[in-house]
Amino acid sequence: MNPATNSGRALPWALVTPALGWTLLFFVLPFLAMGFSSLTAHDGSGFTLSNYSQFFANPAYWQAMVNSLQVTAIVTLVSVLLAYPFAWILAEQVPERWQRLALMLAVLPFWTSYVVRSYSWLLVLAQNGVINRALTGSGLFTEPVQLANTRLATITGFVHFFVMLLTLTIFANLKQLSPSYRKAAADLGAGPVRTFLHVVLPLTLPGIMVGAFLTFVLCIGDYITPQILGGNNELLMPQLVMMQIGRRGDFPLASALSIILMAVVTVAYLACARRLKIERA
Amino acid sequence: MRALVRIASWLYALAVYGFIFLPVVVLVLFSLQATSFPIPPFTGPSLRWYDAVLADTRLTSALVNSLLVAALSSAVAVTLGFLSAWGFARFTLLGSALLRGLITLPLTVSYLIIGMGLLVLFNWAGVPKSLLAAGIGHVVINLPLCFAIIYSQMGDHQINIERAARDLGAPEWKVLLLVTVPVMAPAIFAGFFLSMTFSWDEFVISFLLTRFDTTLPVEIWNLLRSGLNPKTNAVGSLVFAVSIVLVVFFELMLLRRKPA
Repeated sequence: MNPATNSGRALPWALVTPALGWTLLFFVLPFLAMGFSSLTAHDGSGFTLSNYSQFFANPAYWQAMVNSLQVTAIVTLVSVLLAYPFAWILAEQVPERWQRLALMLAVLPFWTSYVVRSYSWLLVLAQNGVINRALTGSGLFTEPVQLANTRLATITGFVHFFVMLLTLTIFANLKQLSPSYRKAAADLGAGPVRTFLHVVLPLTLPGIMVGAFLTFVLCIGDYITPQILGGNNELLMPQLVMMQIGRRGDFPLASALSIILMAVVTVAYLACARRLKIERA
Repeated sequence: MRALVRIASWLYALAVYGFIFLPVVVLVLFSLQATSFPIPPFTGPSLRWYDAVLADTRLTSALVNSLLVAALSSAVAVTLGFLSAWGFARFTLLGSALLRGLITLPLTVSYLIIGMGLLVLFNWAGVPKSLLAAGIGHVVINLPLCFAIIYSQMGDHQINIERAARDLGAPEWKVLLLVTVPVMAPAIFAGFFLSMTFSWDEFVISFLLTRFDTTLPVEIWNLLRSGLNPKTNAVGSLVFAVSIVLVVFFELMLLRRKPA
């Protein structure tokens, strides 16, 4: 069974070493360097915990974390609520042979780059953009509404992306559901609504949670969307990190803030993994 | 009741499609604007902003840089991913599960943090900011992806074909090149094109690790400082078009793999 016996032990290690080496050298080592850097003072005067204590002492830094968590929570919730019915319609109401096309269309803009997608929303939401022209043109509003550079704009940009992502994952989930469950429910006298609430929804819940977790991780770590759409009125964590690098060249503080952000994601992961056993899914 | 659900479904689906396509339609439409602002009313169609993009050497060289970084980093990622997947699938290695976990670990960390780590490391090691540095970062994010795709596609069926080749006297390198690679070609292509798409679109790592010569997303970011501009629409539409081509290619690869 095992061909290793006739080729020695050198070959398998020669195969896996380049990939392992790359990961160690350019992923693990940088991470350690970042951890080390976060414990040094910006002026190079030795080791300190001040980068971490700064985060806890400075209300502006705290606020960035609070903002990030709030925005991420809203985005995750709204995206799931929008995407679930949409995925359900694609999986249940659209004729089988059109489903692949319908799904491909639904996630097409998913493949535009972050920068371009956020810029596109800026065009839509700008002071004299498409929505404001429509609002003032229809006579509903006399003055343009401030839409860009707000939290609402950031959330809109995020929801746009994650609705597509969640539609993909929830659609796959609904399709994997064996039709016999539904038949069994119908045989036992359940109507379509009861079948959905007591059979389909609970069975797709683990998939939804995996998608929601993915949304959480990608959303909380993204810099572009809040920077382009939200502007600098209210900072999110990734913006705060980038600000330390850009304006002040303060790598130690940026490293500490990155590690704090990662710790929050890890805690969220552990909480999810415990409750939902996604490691086995 | 049935009909009502159907109508409500159609309306809802239409609304979500509208939401999904609104920014893309606005982007592409106003890239054809004849005047200087990409805002209503629409004054086109005109291709002048596409001409402006193609005449802008910073943008065109950034485009070439992006393609170069995407192609080379994907080639490295898929090669390392394939070799390690082959190694792990064919041989029992000490601590295999742990090592496989290590290779896929970067998938769980955000690009910002991967970029930050490399920036700190390169800064210390005195490695200058460059396209090469960004390419190294792109391999870090795409290697686990290529590994996972190829590893998941290596089954007993392939092992048997390889064993037949070995029994017939083929040396290990011949088995690899003449049997394994052709058999695994769909998964290898899938990994390569998916990596191409991710690298092509990637912003934050390139932003942190390049300086003068940079990739297209970073150059577009620089354009944003000048506010709304039809030229940005035009270059954005071009980026979108390239992504679509890559995705359609990828989709065709998947379709071709299905019947097997």
